[in-house]
Amino acid sequence: MSTTKAQPPTAAAPVTIDRAQYGLAAFLAVVGGYVIYDASGLEPGFADDPLGQKAFPYAVGAALLVLGMLLTVATMRGDTPQSEEGEDVDLTQGADWFTVAKLIGVFAVNIVLVDFLGWAITGAILFAGCAGVLGSTTHLRNIAIGAALSVSTWYGFYVGLGVPIPPSILDGVL
Amino acid sequence: MDTLNALLEGFGNALTPLNLMYACLGVLLGTAVGVLPGIGPAMTVALLLPLTYNVDLSSALILFAGIYYGGMYGGSTTSILLNTPGEASSVITAIEGNKMAKAGRAAQALATAAIGSFVAGTIGTVLVVLLAPTIADQVVKLGAPSYLAIMLLALVAVTAVLGSSKLRGSCSLFVGLAIGLVGAGTGQPRLTFGSPLLADGIDIVIVAVAIFALGEALWVAAHLRRRPLEVIPVGRPWMGKQDWQRSWKPWLRGTAFGFPFGAVPAGGAEMPTFLSYVTERKLSRNPEEFGRGAIEGVAGPEAANNASAAGTLMTLLAIGLPVTATAGVILAAMQSYGIQPGPQLFDSEPLLVWTLIASLFIANALLLVLNLPMAPLWASCCRSPGPTCTPASSSSPRWAPTRSTSSGWT
Repeated sequence: MSTTKAQPPTAAAPVTIDRAQYGLAAFLAVVGGYVIYDASGLEPGFADDPLGQKAFPYAVGAALLVLGMLLTVATMRGDTPQSEEGEDVDLTQGADWFTVAKLIGVFAVNIVLVDFLGWAITGAILFAGCAGVLGSTTHLRNIAIGAALSVSTWYGFYVGLGVPIPPSILDGVL
Repeated sequence: MDTLNALLEGFGNALTPLNLMYACLGVLLGTAVGVLPGIGPAMTVALLLPLTYNVDLSSALILFAGIYYGGMYGGSTTSILLNTPGEASSVITAIEGNKMAKAGRAAQALATAAIGSFVAGTIGTVLVVLLAPTIADQVVKLGAPSYLAIMLLALVAVTAVLGSSKLRGSCSLFVGLAIGLVGAGTGQPRLTFGSPLLADGIDIVIVAVAIFALGEALWVAAHLRRRPLEVIPVGRPWMGKQDWQRSWKPWLRGTAFGFPFGAVPAGGAEMPTFLSYVTERKLSRNPEEFGRGAIEGVAGPEAANNASAAGTLMTLLAIGLPVTATAGVILAAMQSYGIQPGPQLFDSEPLLVWTLIASLFIANALLLVLNLPMAPLWASCCRSPGPTCTPASSSSPRWAPTRSTSSGWT
C-alpha cells in the first residue's frame, strides 16, 4: 500500500519488478520473526488452557513469515500492486518523495512540539505546514484557518466532549 | 407486531432533537466528504472516533450511519460531474453518468442517482427491518465453534474482498493480527518491548487514524494531482417524464442486485453495480445509447450501490461482520463502548439497534432533500482545491486519552 510506484499498464511489456516490495516482504519477515521470538519467552499456560498463550502468536508469526516469502516470489514473477486511485490522486506520474518527506517532517514537528506548545499552537502549525507542503501559497490565511481549527477543536474536546487536552504553554490563556 | 413496535420506539428515540441534529450533521458531513477531494467516509468516521469517548452511543452511531449513507450520495456527484469515482462502488456510475453530464444532461443524471439512491436505500432498510431480527435469531442458536467460524469467515472475507490482491490482503490481515497481539490482556505482556504504555494494547482509534488519515495523506502527497479537474456546471437536478419512465425499473432491479450482495460477506458493492449495468444494457431498448450517456446506466448501478450499503449494515448488525472499510470502523466504534456487535445485539440492545435503523430511514430522506436542491452547491465544492482539504483532514487531535478497547481477539 505504501511502498508502491505507479506503473503504466503494460500488457505485453517485459516483466516489471517492483523492488520496493522486497522491502515490504522483509518487513513482514522481521515482524513475523519477532512475534515468534517474543512468544517463545512466554510462560506456559495452565492446565485449563489447552492451547496456551503461545499458540496464537506462533500462528500469526508463522503466517507472516510465509506471506513474506510468498510476496518475494510474487515480486520476482513481476506481480505489481494495484495503486489506489482517488479524486486528487494522479497516478500517471511517479511518486513525489520530496513532498512526502516534507509532510513527514511537518508531522514529526507536531509530535515533538505538541507536549510543550500544546495542541492549539501545534495544530495551527500542522495545518499551515501541510497546506504549504501540498502547494498552497496563501500562508497567512492558512495559519489563520489552522489556528481557528485547532483552538475550536481544543474547546470542542474540552468543553463539548469533556475530554481535557492539556493546554501546555497556553495554560491560563485558553 | 413486535418488530413494528420496536421500530416505532426506535423512531421515537431517533427523532429527539439531539439525535436529529446528529443525523443532519452526519448526512451533511458525509455528502461533503463524498464530494470533497482527499477525504472519504471511512477516514471521516475514523477521525471522529474520539467522539465515542463522550458522546452517547446511539448518537454516535446515528452520526456515523449518516456519514456512511451521505458519502455514497456525494461519491456519485463526483463520478458524474468529474469522472473521478472516489471509491470502487461508483466506478460504474461514472461510465454513463459523466457521458450524460458532458452531453448537457448532468441535472438528469444527478436526479436519477439521488432518487434511485433514495428508493434503493429505503427498500434496503425495509429489508433490514424484516430480515435482520430473523437472521439474528438463527445465529443466536449457534455455539462457540460457529462463532469462531464466523470470525474466520469475516477475516477471510475482508481479506479477499477489499482490494484486488489476496496476497496483499492477507499481508495486511496478519500485520493487523500482530498489532492485536500487543498488550498484557492475557496476563502476560506480549510484544510490549518492556514499555508500560503498550501494556493496554494499541487503541483502535490510533490504528484507524494511522491507516485512514495519515496513510492516506502521505499517499495523496506522493501522487498529488497538479492540474485542476474540469467540473461540469450543473443547475437544479430535475427529470422529465421520459427519464422517470426509463429510471424506475433500473432502480428496482439495481436494488434487487445490490442488497443480497451487500449482505453476503464476500459481496461488496462492485459486483452488483457491474451486474446492474450489464443487465440494463441487455434490457435496454436502445443499447446503442450505452457508452454515450444512457440514464439506465446511472439509475441501476446507483440503486445497487445504495442497496448494498443497506445490506452491509444488516450483516454488521445481525452477525457482526464488517464488509466494507467504513463498516469496519463503525464496528470498532461499537466495540469501544464495550458492545460486541453480533446476533445478541437485538436482544441486549434493542433500543440502540432500532434507533439506528430508524435513523437510516431519516438519513435517507434528509439526503434526498439535501441533494436535490443543493446539487449546484455540492458541484461547486468539487472545485475546491485539493491542497486545502487534505491537511484539514489530517489536523485532528490524534492523541486524545486512550482507553483500552482491545477486542476479544487475543
